[in-house]
Amino acid sequence: MLNTFSQKLKGARFEATLLFMMLALFTAGAYAADATTTIAMPWWGWAIALFVTCFILGIVAVPSGVGGGVLFVPIVGGFFPFHLDFVRGAGLLVALASSLAAGPSLMRAGLADLRLALPLAVLASASAIAGALVGLAIPSNVVQIALGLTILGIVVLMATAKKSEFPVVPVADKLSMALSMHGFFRDTAQNKVISWKVHRTPLGIFLFVLIGFIGGLFGVGAGWANLPVLNLLMGAPIKLAAGTSGLILTLASSSATWVYLNEGSVLAVIAVPSVIGMMLGAMIGARLLHVLKASVVRKMVITLLLFAGIRALLKGLGIWP
Amino acid sequence: MAMNEKDEENLLSEEQRRYATWLQWGARSGLVMLIVTFIAYVAGWLTPHVPLEQLPSVWGLPVEAYLKKTGAPTGWSWLSDLGQGDFASLIGIAWLSASSLFCLFAVLPIYFKRRDWVFVVLCICALIVQLLAASGLLVAGK
Repeated sequence: MLNTFSQKLKGARFEATLLFMMLALFTAGAYAADATTTIAMPWWGWAIALFVTCFILGIVAVPSGVGGGVLFVPIVGGFFPFHLDFVRGAGLLVALASSLAAGPSLMRAGLADLRLALPLAVLASASAIAGALVGLAIPSNVVQIALGLTILGIVVLMATAKKSEFPVVPVADKLSMALSMHGFFRDTAQNKVISWKVHRTPLGIFLFVLIGFIGGLFGVGAGWANLPVLNLLMGAPIKLAAGTSGLILTLASSSATWVYLNEGSVLAVIAVPSVIGMMLGAMIGARLLHVLKASVVRKMVITLLLFAGIRALLKGLGIWP
Repeated sequence: MAMNEKDEENLLSEEQRRYATWLQWGARSGLVMLIVTFIAYVAGWLTPHVPLEQLPSVWGLPVEAYLKKTGAPTGWSWLSDLGQGDFASLIGIAWLSASSLFCLFAVLPIYFKRRDWVFVVLCICALIVQLLAASGLLVAGK
């Protein structure tokens, strides 16, 4: 009982610390936004600020169940002096590196399935290229407004979407049968082999085309949307949906990253500290999963995204430049 | 049904295992390249095309204006300037982006051998999409 109380206390302390760090992030962000016009911080100061920000984002990304990219683009785009073109390029790389790091072990555990991922990823990759090309072609204030609206939409999705650990799939549809989108994985929590199949594949494919486009357009990755489509719509068990979402992201993000790289929109000084900070933070976040209360962290992230979405919208409209 | 690790391994298809192995090596080597070249860049071992001190005055510009002002290359032209720190750092980024390409090439023969034509076609389509994206042929028009 004492142990439980001590663990709860530790968890509460850590959540309070995280909340403090995130508030500090807001303050630093607001300061940074002003600093772009009034104070000339050296390049290394920005690189360190970026690293620290991404480290914190990495910690909260894992327990809140969102990818790093969706947090990175609105927050760094809103509060750092970099142009959105470079932020989106770095955002895609952050999403790519995170999914690449987790992908192999998830595949070996059977939680990321190639047969489920490949048909969806082919179309998502193609539409991600289209999204990236459109994103680089249209004026940045239009992208900012659309990004703000999309982030606010994600906030609504995150706040309202439910999860289903083992959705009921009465009958697999014809397309998923033709593509052999079924299999097994081992649920370590129950030490059982779980058999899975999916349905509503044509609608799922259509939504993945849309998700890929949005991911490429804003450089936000797409874990936030992949997961509900795979889990709630297509009926993949939640663990399989989370793992496969990452595998799809490795393909969709890499195709969009190529476009940004070829267009000169990837600056190493922005991308590399972000990737390293996010990955180190994610490693800590994964270790703290048992200490942190996921629902509390998720609410904090939703608040953070709400703030970042409003900021992006106001920035695009020229109200809060 | 209780399982051990060997049983679990047997649940995985050959292509799933091969894809995971190639993805792991691609990601690991890419991250090492990313970190090593970035250290060489910021430590000044490789002189950058755009001096680090000048970056805060140009990174707030749209990419078109940035390219015009700095004369930085687009497409694959940076490969000829690998001696410059900012372009050397792009090797790791390109390698990470290409990781999935290597994996797709690695699993294609398995699908061929099994005569799994649907996945042969899917794999080829995925390769075409990735190669097209990497080629630099697709350009955003402002």
